[in-house]
Amino acid sequence: MEKSEKLLEVHHLRKDYGNGPVLKDISLDVHKGEVLVLIGPSGCGKSTFLRCLNGLESIQAGEILLDGHVISGEKTKWSEVRQKIGMVFQSYELFPHMTVLDNILLGPTKVQKRKRPEAIEEAEKLLERVGLLDKKDVYPRQLSGGQKQRVAIVRALIMKPEIMLFDEVTAALDPEMVREVLDVMLELARGGSTMVIVTHEMQFARAVADQVVFLDGGEIVEMNAPEEFFGCPKTDRAQKFLNTFTFEKEDEKAE
Amino acid sequence: MQDLGIRVLFMGNNFIRLLGGLWITIKISLISVVLSIVLGILLGLLMTLKNPVTKAVTKVYLEFIRIMPQLVLLFLVYFGATKAFGIQLSGQVSAVIVFTLWGTAEMGDLVRGALISIPKHQYESGAALGLESSQIYRYIIIPQTLRRLIPLAINLTTRMIKTTSLIVLIGVVEVLKIAQQIIEANRYTVPDSALWIYGAVFFLYFLACWPISLLASKLEKKWKN
Repeated sequence: MEKSEKLLEVHHLRKDYGNGPVLKDISLDVHKGEVLVLIGPSGCGKSTFLRCLNGLESIQAGEILLDGHVISGEKTKWSEVRQKIGMVFQSYELFPHMTVLDNILLGPTKVQKRKRPEAIEEAEKLLERVGLLDKKDVYPRQLSGGQKQRVAIVRALIMKPEIMLFDEVTAALDPEMVREVLDVMLELARGGSTMVIVTHEMQFARAVADQVVFLDGGEIVEMNAPEEFFGCPKTDRAQKFLNTFTFEKEDEKAE
Repeated sequence: MQDLGIRVLFMGNNFIRLLGGLWITIKISLISVVLSIVLGILLGLLMTLKNPVTKAVTKVYLEFIRIMPQLVLLFLVYFGATKAFGIQLSGQVSAVIVFTLWGTAEMGDLVRGALISIPKHQYESGAALGLESSQIYRYIIIPQTLRRLIPLAINLTTRMIKTTSLIVLIGVVEVLKIAQQIIEANRYTVPDSALWIYGAVFFLYFLACWPISLLASKLEKKWKN
């Protein structure tokens, strides 16, 4: 893939809660239009890393740059930076006291001070794209997990972020609802959105990623194109990790 | 002879007097509830602070008020304050003080519970949208807290109305006291009036509390997430 300009840069990031580093020395770049997929065993720090990117976690060393500007400094106005960085959480986190439409409108009308009619028009367009226009006036409790997550994606998208962060967004879903959410993300990727995705769905990772980053023990063990990473990983640790997702029949193993 | 009992209820202005007594009951409850809500919100906010001193003080206050029977508190304020500080408190004022002390403790605990029941992720997803901290409270946290709190506060009002029946013992003439007076006055002519008069009191309490508790459960259902 042709390398375009760097949108997000991370240099020597270290995260420490005070009892040893959770992230040791992470450096990576995300280019415009690129989809970066972070995988790794539970507790390897991949979600923490994602949360560092939009300031939900502080970092102890290193720096993060968005559009060439340092955003990890003391004086960062996170409320401004976060408008450019959309985030979708594992547990959806829709606001339960607001309808679907009001959930989506909160950001554009209160943060970006956009006119309500214009925001409604865009919200409806986006809802239609994810197949939920008929749900715009219902409350989150009336939606299935997959529907909630699609609304959460729309809520982040309407801010017109430059980059989207997805934190294990299908991990809390029933298996039959995973697909509808992943399809939305695939479509975004095809549309040229820049995304950083933390996921446990290996087949999806393979399909959507431009670059796969394998984290283990708080450090980057391997960074590779998806075909190579899933085809023949360079490191033993990656190979071992990938093996945990495959099952073989007893007789095949014996051969 | 049989229906004499109920006649006492409508003899002279007996029923109007009972209603007047009910008004005293409700007045004391309402004043105490309003004060309790205001002070309870402050107490609840104090209780969510991480400061160990406020934590210890509020905890002691809460436990003390909860363990102490309200009647003992009433005696303590009504008789105790008079003797110890030479302050002459009327029964009604003593009642308001005691029920406010009690209501503040209950309300504070409810406020604390409602505040900590909002998951941390709600703050984060607001922040991730670019909302300022004050906007997160205004649009996300406070509306959700109030929805959890209001039905509980309304329930507290009904508990307060019921518990005010104790103030008869510090000489406040409220609905129960008037009932007793009516029964006493008719002791010889209508010996079985007690059943009817107390029955009427029961009914009045029910009329006062039932709509309130209906409203609470309706709101609770409506706002259930």
